[in-house]
This record gives sequence, C-alpha cells and structure tokens, in this order.
Amino acid sequence: MSNAALFQTLLRLGDNTLVLGHRVSEWCGKAPVLEEDIALANTALDLIGQTQMWLGYAAEIENEGRSADDLAMLRDVWDFRNILMVERPNLDFGHTMMRQFLFDAYHRTLLTALKDSTNPRIAEIAAKAVKEATYHFERSAETVIALGDGTPESHEFMQNGLNLLWPFTGEMFECDAIDAEMAAAGVIPDPISLRDTWIALVSDTLTEATLAIPQDDFAHKGGRTGRQHTEHLGHLLTQMQWLQRAYPGANW
Amino acid sequence: MYAQMIQSTGKGVKTLDEMDPQERAFQERINAGGKIEPKDWMPDGYRKNLIRQIGQHAHSEVVGQLPEGNWITRAPTLERKAILLAKVQDEAGHGLYLYCAAETLGITRDEMYEALHEGRMKYSSIFNYPTLTWADMGAVGWLVDGAAIMNQVPLQRTSYGPYARAMVRICKEESFHQRQGFDIMMKMVNGTAAQKKMAQDALNRMWFPSLMMFGPSDEDSVHSVQSMAWKIKMNGNDELRQKFVDQTVPQAEYLGLTIPDETIKWNEEKGGYDFAQPDWTEFFDVLRGNGPCNQERLQTRKSAWEDGAWVREGMLAHAAKKRATRLAAE
Repeated sequence: MSNAALFQTLLRLGDNTLVLGHRVSEWCGKAPVLEEDIALANTALDLIGQTQMWLGYAAEIENEGRSADDLAMLRDVWDFRNILMVERPNLDFGHTMMRQFLFDAYHRTLLTALKDSTNPRIAEIAAKAVKEATYHFERSAETVIALGDGTPESHEFMQNGLNLLWPFTGEMFECDAIDAEMAAAGVIPDPISLRDTWIALVSDTLTEATLAIPQDDFAHKGGRTGRQHTEHLGHLLTQMQWLQRAYPGANW
Repeated sequence: MYAQMIQSTGKGVKTLDEMDPQERAFQERINAGGKIEPKDWMPDGYRKNLIRQIGQHAHSEVVGQLPEGNWITRAPTLERKAILLAKVQDEAGHGLYLYCAAETLGITRDEMYEALHEGRMKYSSIFNYPTLTWADMGAVGWLVDGAAIMNQVPLQRTSYGPYARAMVRICKEESFHQRQGFDIMMKMVNGTAAQKKMAQDALNRMWFPSLMMFGPSDEDSVHSVQSMAWKIKMNGNDELRQKFVDQTVPQAEYLGLTIPDETIKWNEEKGGYDFAQPDWTEFFDVLRGNGPCNQERLQTRKSAWEDGAWVREGMLAHAAKKRATRLAAE
C-alpha cells in the first residue's frame, strides 16, 4: 500500500466534509425556521470537526510539513478530491436538504464500512464520525419525507432538487486505481459495494416522501479524481481561503 | 443592552397602599425575592413589558447571527470556523429559549416575528454595525458579549421564572463566547503588523456602539423605575456601563490597544474610570432604522422568513397528514 494512495483517499474523505460543511455554514441565520438554523449550524460543525481529523491524518501521511489548515486553505481547485455534488451551490432549502440526504445516506454507509478498516486510524475516525453521520441521515431523511409529502409546492421543490442532484450521485460509487489498491488492502470498501445499501436506504425514504427517482443513470464525475471540478468550487475557495491567501504566514 | 429602551406603562410606580389586594400580593412576592410563574396572576403592564423585553432579547440573538455569519465562510482556520459555528449555534439556541419564555406570556413566536418584520419590535442597536475584518469576530466576543453579560448575569435573578431560568443557561455560554473573543484579540495583537492594525481598527469602531448597548442614562426614566420595582430590570444603565468600562479598560491595556477616547482616566474618588459618552444622536438614528446595516439585517431576516414559507407549510401539512393517519388507525 503506497502512502500516495492513502493520502489521496484521506483527501477524498476530508474534502467531502470540508466542502459540504462550508456550504451548509452558508445558511447561517437564514434558515426557514430557527430550529433549522440550529440544526444546520450543528451539521456544519460536525462536518468541519471530521475534516480536522481526516485532513490532519492526511497531512501526517504526506509528511511534508503541511497541516490540516494548509491543506484546507492553501490548495487550489485541481488538488481538491471531493465529489462534485457537495460543491454545488445551496440554491433553495429543498435542494440543500436533498443534497444533505443523498450525501448522508452515502456517508453513513461508507463510515459504517470504514469502522472495519485495516488502517486503525481510519477505523477510529470512522467510529467517531459514523455516530454523527447516522444522526444527520435520520434528520435529513425526516425532512425529505416531510417536505416531499407536504404540500404540492413543497413536493415540487423536493422533486426538482432530486432531479438536479441525481446525476451527481453516481460519482460516489466510482472505483479507480487508487480505490482498487486501497480496497485490496482492506483500508476502504470497494466503492461499488456500497451502492446496494445506499440505493435501499434512499429508495425507502424517497418512496415515503412520494418522490420519483429519476431513471437516467448518467453520472457527472471528475471531483474525486480532481480531473474536472465544477466552476462553483473556485468561487467557494476564494471565500474560504481568502484570509490565509491575503495574509500569508499569519497566525490566527 | 440586548433589550434597550423598553417602554413601560409610563404611569409611574404605585405604592403598596395604592394597589388592590391582588396586585399588592404580587408586588410583595417580588419584593421578597419570589418568582412569578406563567400561570400566576400578573398586572397587564408587567406582562406587556416582559413580552417586549424578552422578545427584543430573542430577536437580538437571532439577528445577532448575521454579523458573525458574515465571517463563518471566511474563518481563517478549521478550528476558528468550528468555534464560530458553535458560537452562532448557541446564539440561535438562546433565541429559542427566549421565544419559548416569551410564549409563556401569551404571545406566539410567529407574532413576534411579524412584529419584528413590521418594525414594531426592535433588536439591539449593536447588530446594525458591520463586521469588516476578522478582528471584528474578536471584538464582538470581547466587547459585545462582554457588555451583554453585564446585564444578563443579574437577570438570572429576575422575577419572572422562565426568563430567569433561560438566563442561567445563556450566561454560561456567553462567558465562553467572551473568552473566545478575547482569545482572537490576543492572537491578533501578537500577530503581524496587519493583524494588530485590524485589532485596533475593530476596537475603534466597536467601542462606542458597545457603550450604547446599555441605553441612554436612565436616571430619570419612569420606565426604568417601574421595571426595577418589578425586578425585570436589575440595574441602572449608567451603573452597568460604568462596570463595563471598568472591566474593559485594563483588558485593552493588556492587549496593548488604545480605546478611542482620550478622556479615559482613573478617578480615585469614585473608584472607577471617567469616560466619554457615546454620540446619542447616532444611537437614536440607529434605533430609527438609519444605522449602517439596519436595512440589510432586517431584509435578510424577512427574506429568510418569506423564502422559507413553503418549508413551514410543507412541514405542517405533513404533520397534519400523519396525525390523520394515526387517528384513523386508532
């Protein structure tokens, strides 16, 4: 098992939580109800906490003197390894919660498998994070059900969100040479093996929410490999990284 | 403070002899340090005043998310981002307890929002000032939360039970908020020249607005006298402002920052600092809606409420369907 592959794997885990945590934090003070303001801030906080663990470990493995903060604040778009779905703009609350739900179902499934990783550090982080991911999944699934099965208007918002996001879900289960190497060593599950559990979780909830799963399985890809992100990530980074870029070397 | 310029009945305070037996029993209970609970009898004025005060406090917590939310997406490190998220989450939580406390007095949260959006209810003047640099996150914690604590600690002993209990929890969290603000300031003043400049600039802009949080002098205010008799206001505005200045001047010295008031001087005789009053014309302008951020803050809240209407309606519709299904099954 090469450290380069392990480093990439850890970036994939940490960049997902970093970028989604950032997106969710954009809701601060603007949610439809106060309870949602609290819940969204709480979700973002959990995701940023997980980022510290994943990127902290990634920095150790890289062993080039970079910290978790350096990785978060000083890499450019092409070095990010998050799936494209999490960098999509929030749009409306329905789109935000649908994205959260599709991600949470994946995240919970992935972290559950990672608890049994042959890499003890990964197993340890996953054991901690899966508790949060399980809670996030329960909450986002409840919201998707309530709004899918609410009024005709809320149903339409949720169906639109699902239609926009569905083509971004396939990337979660793509397997490249790095994944194959890591899966062979028992560090991560084969991404493809997660799909059945995910689809079962997602289908149950969406059915209860009276929402129709799009039948097209076209998948946008390029985030996990860093081959081609969306235009949105660059704008997100200009904001997230601004202070570190504008005042290099300062301690905050 | 988070509740400023709360109007009372304005009729002056009755003596115990002028009160009917019910009101007299109520006042005697307060005088003896007892608590008033939601189901107890209370004078209309007490109820109305408390709704205004707790409601304004709750609105301040909710609107107060915005100036800090302005920097969550630009926090310089993962740890700072996590701390700021935790702090803003606490503030939304404070808003929630306070709305709940106000609801025990017979008003709904939606009615209070409506009053806020229509300008019939206010939030603290301080949140109408912009947060322009990262040092403002330090200054808000250090000065704004510091000023809030001055008022809120005594409010833990306020006469209305639900308000006093909400305040106990709020105070614990506010003191953590103040410490994290001071910690940001420490980092800034020990940092680069640019960081020190940011820290001084934040203090320059936030100092007088922080003093305004306590409200104008209330020596002769009928409203304050009544509120103090009811123990829903525990200390005079000038008294709290003095306490705040006395606490903050040495902290600024420790940070190596200069408070933007050349008249600040220790007064041995009174055992406190002499200091300049803020520009009260500016304060009244801000209250009238002419602060630098009034329009944006209120518009952000109104848009959040209006854009979220379909969500609230959807959730209610689903809950009603579930209730109907449950009833049908029984």
